[in-house]
Amino acid sequence: MADPQLVMYDEEFKQIQAVIEKLLREANSKVIFLVDKNGQLIAGVGEVERFDTTSLASLTAGNIAATGGLAKLIGEKEFSILFHEGEKDNLHISIVGGRVILVVLFDNRSSLGLVRLRVKKASDELTTIFVKLMEKAEERERSGDTDFPFAEITDDDIDNLFR
Amino acid sequence: MSFINYASREINCKIVYYGPGLCGKTTNLQYVYQKTAPEAKGKMISLATETERTLFFDFLPLALGEIRGFKTRFHLYTVPGQVFYDASRKLILKGVDGVVFVADSQEERMDANVESLDNLRINLNEQGYDLDKLPYVVQYNKRDLPTAVTVDELRRELNPTGVPEFEACATTGEGVFETLKAVAKLILIDLKKGR
Repeated sequence: MADPQLVMYDEEFKQIQAVIEKLLREANSKVIFLVDKNGQLIAGVGEVERFDTTSLASLTAGNIAATGGLAKLIGEKEFSILFHEGEKDNLHISIVGGRVILVVLFDNRSSLGLVRLRVKKASDELTTIFVKLMEKAEERERSGDTDFPFAEITDDDIDNLFR
Repeated sequence: MSFINYASREINCKIVYYGPGLCGKTTNLQYVYQKTAPEAKGKMISLATETERTLFFDFLPLALGEIRGFKTRFHLYTVPGQVFYDASRKLILKGVDGVVFVADSQEERMDANVESLDNLRINLNEQGYDLDKLPYVVQYNKRDLPTAVTVDELRRELNPTGVPEFEACATTGEGVFETLKAVAKLILIDLKKGR
């Protein structure tokens, strides 16, 4: 298959949350999201309740996919940073570790330069966490120790979803 | 690929509706959106042209309920059906967990159906997927139209492998949920045995 399955555990989730919370403060930003390239929201900090996070995640992934397609057409591997400037709010979107998308929303209390600088540092930390996470998931799968919730589901469980 | 989040106890899966232009992919999603309880659905997003043709994709997030303490979410996407949007179609197939092929039952759309199905196979292969190994169902849409060909004929051309198939009329909603349930069930069964 194209990509290995993304799995998130409590321990790594807390580490990720801590990194983006620090980034939120240091970059003076309003909201930060982490999104899987397939459009699934991984984590979010800041004024998240003000936004439709599911839609935001899916559109961000679509955006990254479309610009990735553009990049390939001109012979680039990908465009690793996108910046959208609005009247009040701006979006800084970057790819972390080749697999996840970091979205920083900020207004005029911050600046593009500051955001770029802080994102760079946080990206390195996040990459380390995601590499560890992938290794952990693979290791658990190999050893059969997945405590995978769907291994023992029955047809009844599935039918119940559609009642 | 599905995303399993042990931290928030959620599992997310991606379903893509594929098919030729104007076959009713967006109409399927609109019907699901209309008939789903507000607490179970998110906002439906349509990236469409001014004439309401899908330009990039439609997106509808659904939360079906819990299995073994895990919230089960399905993200429904459509692709743009028009032939020249192929680059966009490829992007939307990334990370797909299950596919619905929506066929247009009208005789004059038979060639378009076959072309779109071939295109689906090719685009999946490019991403490293095999349609025969994916959770996959076929929907014969527009059964209410007088120009609709027989299901036997559609089956011969579009479903040689005998995957689950459904007759539908997406505008009235007939067959829409049956199709969605079937593909969701195949995805969950696939998850169960895949691990």
